[in-house]
Amino acid sequence: MAGNTNKTTAGTWVGFVLILVWCLLPVAWIISLSFKGPGETGAGSAQFLPKDPTFQNYRDILGIGSVTPGQEATAGDFIDALRNSFFISLIATVLAVIFATLAAYAIARLEFKGKRVVLTMALAIAMFPVVALVGPLFDMWRTVGLFNTWPGLIIPYMTFTLPLAIWTLSAFFREIPWEMEQAAQVDGATSWQAFRKVIVPLAAPGVFTAAILTFFFAWNEFVLAISLTSTTGSRTVPAQLSFFVGPDPFNPPYGTLAAASVVVTVPIIVIVLLFQRKIVAGLTSGAVKG
Amino acid sequence: MTATQAPPKQDSARQARAVGSDRSKAENRLGQKLVAPAVVLMLLVTAYPMLQALYLSMFRYRLTAPDDREFIWFSNYATVLTDRLFWQDTWNTLLIMVVTVAIELVIGFAFAMVMHRVVFARGVVRTSILIPYGIITVVSAFAWQFAFSLNNGFVNSWVPFIEDNFNWFGDHWPAMFAIMVSEIWKTTPFMALLLLAGLSQVSEDMLEAAKVDGATWWQRLTKVILPNMRAAIMVAVLFRALDAYRIFDNIFVMTKGAQDTESVSFLTYRQSIEQVQLGLGSALSVLLFLSVLLLAWGIVKVFRVDLAQARGEG
Repeated sequence: MAGNTNKTTAGTWVGFVLILVWCLLPVAWIISLSFKGPGETGAGSAQFLPKDPTFQNYRDILGIGSVTPGQEATAGDFIDALRNSFFISLIATVLAVIFATLAAYAIARLEFKGKRVVLTMALAIAMFPVVALVGPLFDMWRTVGLFNTWPGLIIPYMTFTLPLAIWTLSAFFREIPWEMEQAAQVDGATSWQAFRKVIVPLAAPGVFTAAILTFFFAWNEFVLAISLTSTTGSRTVPAQLSFFVGPDPFNPPYGTLAAASVVVTVPIIVIVLLFQRKIVAGLTSGAVKG
Repeated sequence: MTATQAPPKQDSARQARAVGSDRSKAENRLGQKLVAPAVVLMLLVTAYPMLQALYLSMFRYRLTAPDDREFIWFSNYATVLTDRLFWQDTWNTLLIMVVTVAIELVIGFAFAMVMHRVVFARGVVRTSILIPYGIITVVSAFAWQFAFSLNNGFVNSWVPFIEDNFNWFGDHWPAMFAIMVSEIWKTTPFMALLLLAGLSQVSEDMLEAAKVDGATWWQRLTKVILPNMRAAIMVAVLFRALDAYRIFDNIFVMTKGAQDTESVSFLTYRQSIEQVQLGLGSALSVLLFLSVLLLAWGIVKVFRVDLAQARGEG
């Protein structure tokens, strides 16, 4: 019996280490690459860790201090893309969460005709192949003047994150004890007070979770970002990364790309570290339990 | 998230009916008003362009030669369906979907078992497993492309029986392998989290009872755990399969479709955006959409996924 327990514990330990290696190895690799100079990313230097760490790649993409000759434009374009990504993702998130909150409240709390239709539609859109819309959207956006603009990306991003947000939020809202609102009113609170003091604090974590997941989606999105933009005026980071080319087309600028990747990944890691519990709850409630 | 289903909505519905039809009508109207903005947006950005695609797909229409636009019925579909490239890409996409989802299911289940058992450092595991999920696909594709790189990647020197000068992106199968690795790395955590949620719904009492009755580890797994997780597994498979079928980012970054590694999504993108063949691209869009529908229907039918039950409505 004891032997068996020890064996399982050992197995769990091994599994624990394997999970950590699995999740962190490629991250460690890209961080390591970002500190390698051009001599170490060239042909025939396959060691994992940098021999002679340098900050030059970070200087090049952020435009701090002396920049490698030929890379002068990189920093400007990258910072434009970061700005676009941040604001486009943020605006899409705020708007999508507002729309989703209204819809999820209605779905969780009210009886109305067409409720099932809305849920089914959201599910269908969640599985929709985004690339199927690229051609028609490209054509439409050119006609109405939304091509290569912020709204041109914000509108589809809102749409494609609505399903996830609606599902996650209605799962959260279903578990809120709405009777407490009436109880507070019986105790003498006005209905606005009851809503604000009782329901809002209970609903806030769910809304926040939906917001994080929506932001992740928009930050990550690539197909629409490369199809519906043409300049750094609206191109987001994932698209901009794919346009990074060094002086030699057969030798990608490994170091600069790695440094840019690290810069883009840092905010995500910070969010994950801070809100790990909420993200897990949101992902699993939205998908498994909904 | 295993809270009891005590939906207040039913109470309020019952009250509404008791009070009279005016109130239930008002509730109906309010509900519809609240979902309206979301519904309108979803229809405008998905249903409308899809109809537009259906319309455009019947034209010979290239943006660089707009005057040549001509109604040609279903010729575009005939062109696509008789093209070797389309079938090669469909085969690639299906292969990537089946292989990655199968491997993810096994690894994801193993990860979920570990996460379920881990008592120490639970936060550490959960945080790290979210990192691949959070990293943008383009970055993960670059990380793996560089890892497999002939010039300075670590894979060739770490993996036994692989020559140091082996070029992973020089041939069809190794390139497909590298693409699948990056896809599996990125999405296994999502699978693991969904399976973990399913695992936590398996009753400990039943497992204990099976143990007392002398069931082996394998019997407990196949007779108790897996059947009880069926809904969670099926939903995870459905979601991941449809997601994998849309594969685009990794291929764009890692091979740009070279060595016959193109996916259907990539082909659609190339025709519509790079070559501005809007007619042909739209036909591809419609076919892609139909194949996803067919796939979803097939998975739901074959595996009898009960979405309503999975949502807790059943």
